[in-house]
Amino acid sequence: MEKNINITLKVWRQKNAREKGRFETYQVKDVSTGSSFLEMMDILNEQLINEGNEPVAFDHDCREGICGMCSLYINGRPHGPDDGVTTCQLHMRKFKDGDTIWIEPWRSAGFPVIKDLIVDRTAFDKIIASGGYVSVNTGGVPDANAIPIPKPDADEAMDAASCIGCGACVAACKNGSAMLFVSAKVSQLALLPQGKVEAARRAKNMVAKMDELGFGNCTNTGACEVECPKGISVAHIARLNREFLKAKVQD
Amino acid sequence: MAKIDARIPEGPVAQKWTNYKKNQKLVNPANKRKLDIIVVGTGLAGAAAAASFGEMGFNVKIFTIQDSPRRAHSIAAQGGINAAKNYPNDGDSVNRLFSDTVKGGDYRAREANVYRLAEVSTSIIDQCVAQGVPFAREYGGLLDNRSFGGAQVSRTFYARGQTGQQLLLGAYQALMRQVNLKTVKLYTRNELVDIVLVDGKARGIISRDLVTGETQRHFGHAVVMATGGYGNTFFLSTNAMGSNGSAAWQAYKKGAMFANPCFAQIHPTCIPVHGEFQSKLTLMSESLRNDGRIWVPAKKEDAEAIRAGKLKPTDIAEENRDYFLERRYPAFGNLVPRDVASRAAKERCDAGFGVGTTGLAVYLDFKESIERLGKDVIEARYGNLFQMYEKIVDDNPYDTPMMIYPAIHYTMGGVWVDYELQTTIPGLFCAGEANFSDHGANRLGASALMQGLADGYFVLPYTVQNYLADDIKTPRMTGDEKEFVETEKAVKDRFEKIRNVNGNRSVDSIHKELGLVMWDFVGMARNKEGLQQAIEKIRAIKKEFWSNVRIPGDKEGMNIELEKANRLADFIEIGELMAIDALNREESCGGHFREEFQTEDGEAMRQDDKFAYVSCWAYKGDGQEPELHKEELKFEDVKLIQRNYK
Repeated sequence: MEKNINITLKVWRQKNAREKGRFETYQVKDVSTGSSFLEMMDILNEQLINEGNEPVAFDHDCREGICGMCSLYINGRPHGPDDGVTTCQLHMRKFKDGDTIWIEPWRSAGFPVIKDLIVDRTAFDKIIASGGYVSVNTGGVPDANAIPIPKPDADEAMDAASCIGCGACVAACKNGSAMLFVSAKVSQLALLPQGKVEAARRAKNMVAKMDELGFGNCTNTGACEVECPKGISVAHIARLNREFLKAKVQD
Repeated sequence: MAKIDARIPEGPVAQKWTNYKKNQKLVNPANKRKLDIIVVGTGLAGAAAAASFGEMGFNVKIFTIQDSPRRAHSIAAQGGINAAKNYPNDGDSVNRLFSDTVKGGDYRAREANVYRLAEVSTSIIDQCVAQGVPFAREYGGLLDNRSFGGAQVSRTFYARGQTGQQLLLGAYQALMRQVNLKTVKLYTRNELVDIVLVDGKARGIISRDLVTGETQRHFGHAVVMATGGYGNTFFLSTNAMGSNGSAAWQAYKKGAMFANPCFAQIHPTCIPVHGEFQSKLTLMSESLRNDGRIWVPAKKEDAEAIRAGKLKPTDIAEENRDYFLERRYPAFGNLVPRDVASRAAKERCDAGFGVGTTGLAVYLDFKESIERLGKDVIEARYGNLFQMYEKIVDDNPYDTPMMIYPAIHYTMGGVWVDYELQTTIPGLFCAGEANFSDHGANRLGASALMQGLADGYFVLPYTVQNYLADDIKTPRMTGDEKEFVETEKAVKDRFEKIRNVNGNRSVDSIHKELGLVMWDFVGMARNKEGLQQAIEKIRAIKKEFWSNVRIPGDKEGMNIELEKANRLADFIEIGELMAIDALNREESCGGHFREEFQTEDGEAMRQDDKFAYVSCWAYKGDGQEPELHKEELKFEDVKLIQRNYK
């Protein structure tokens, strides 16, 4: 059953990208354990506004785990202490009365802080722009059923395609690598006949862009898979490596 | 009252689009490079249009309020996308999708637009497959279909419970390909705050960089708005937190008409409200109604015992359950359209048969389908939805029925557009949920994705080109013209005015107050007296906002409260127009249910002799009554009958 709890928050506050940040301490009382974590943040912000202070800036939008907008490093884990969820799907029933909760932004060279808990993830868009698509224009394409695709391939492509681009994989990685993100897209498209045609070229371009943007290398720790709210498998990284090698051999 | 001309092409409905394309004007490749198009919004309609314009060779600027185009709320659509492919060989056709959509919209949509939508629907699926969208497939390797509300055929294509995500990523990737090719320039965390008119034509926008707080002037030979719906007027809705009606509202204030604002869709299958700090409502896909059965206890004492926590749903014997949709609508059963299902749930709860602690919930039960098909099959179909439900409610829907209740989900009303999707401002186009054109008074499930992509991939590339063909000699403007400078100044003044109120209440506290008024009086059931009260209350809220809102923080840099306040100022005015429109429309149709107009068994009763028109509202100035214009609806191909799902 739901009950009310009192908690202490240690929240990272940073005015903008240039200034230094620090932790601030706040008390939030009588939070229903049925509330979502972000509703608890709303309560904190309402409290701050009523006290005449500036609310905490954090990214969020759909609040149902699909847009990938919410981030937050909660008690040392991207998306907090529950498995297979985004921060917006995390509920206060995962915390106990009297808990102290540490809340930080994603920390990675690829994702600079904009304000408080908000980071800049445009690097992900740049990686997609470098090759994360099938090069077809609108119109002039064959009938949707012209090329049969084995169901297991379509299903595996869908597994990879469920990436929401939140960046938890980068935040979880000690090297700040974006390999899980890149591999999910490379793998999805390489599995489908429509994307197979330019698979090697795609892998090469996306990896080059990732390196250029300051993301680290993959050392197979697997932390990304553990923290991925959509359970994207590191097996996709293996497929990315195969496509990448093919491209190198062809060069 | 000015006559409204939708400029529908000549000929029989099935020939209109062909005739349009035959006669439309084109722009040659060298001239396309000299023409700029602004697209606002990166959902299905905006991203698809911008990518297509870029591929055609136009110069495109695209704007999104989020950090990435991939976050647009189209991403949250779950169940599927309709298309008249007739792959299952179950009797579907373009004509059938057309007539289902007109009927589903309770005969308040424009026939010509709906026919075109059905006609291009098949190309959408081809396009998406070519982009690598991983639709669900059969073991033979071909595409799978499921059925959806308001149809007796299976025409819905899907990608698990994440169809919107996959379609949006397809459009987003096509868009990013054009960004890479430098035909499209992308502006993220950047919000349209006004539209610039030069000689009566839309020639650009004023945007606000949400990171720096600075305003910017952008020129375009044409402007396309694909900025979504205004469901968040209700505060609690299934929309994303950032979804707003401000772009549409600024267009209205600049002279674009606003059509059928009172047509808002209440979705029957959402997770019920739990408490006062709730920030949004979560939808459970309509596709669940394929295999879930909706019921409440047949005996009031059982419902009371459940509410008191003394009985569990699994304790109620089969013969003591009232499967009220199957009872009232045997032909369509659990797959009646959304407005019908929502009202039926409300009727049972109002009569005292509701469940959950609040009594405002009904059950959606999978027990029978799990027994019939096995848990594996249900998990494969709806696994992610079941997981989502369990994370929110802490109940396992494999073991106990889900609880659901209706919530605001989609707005069929929006900016008025003609057949070309052009507003009453020349050069300003509006697509997707932001316009009013295709769904009448009620949208069928899996049709929003279809409309967004139809507008973006297959309609705007033709119609905007037709408009620009007359503009090839118009030179680019610099943004320093007086129209740009003056509009920017008005925007800055508006933001200053909001900041200077310096009152005592947070933006959200006022927004919640507005939401309650909307839900109580302009929600699922409306009546004359309540709507009159609502208008008074909303005007009082407007006064409260402009005298008592508090915006902490600085003018420079990111200020989220200021962004929200600017949108709330518009929501308040949108809410007022919704109530005015609902008061004017003295009939019940689709999502608009006026208690005074119902049949003996509680079904919606249209008044076709008086209200077979689109209400088009024109802005007359702050504090002035808006002016009503009417676009008469002619039904030449679909016969107007009382909707019947029995």
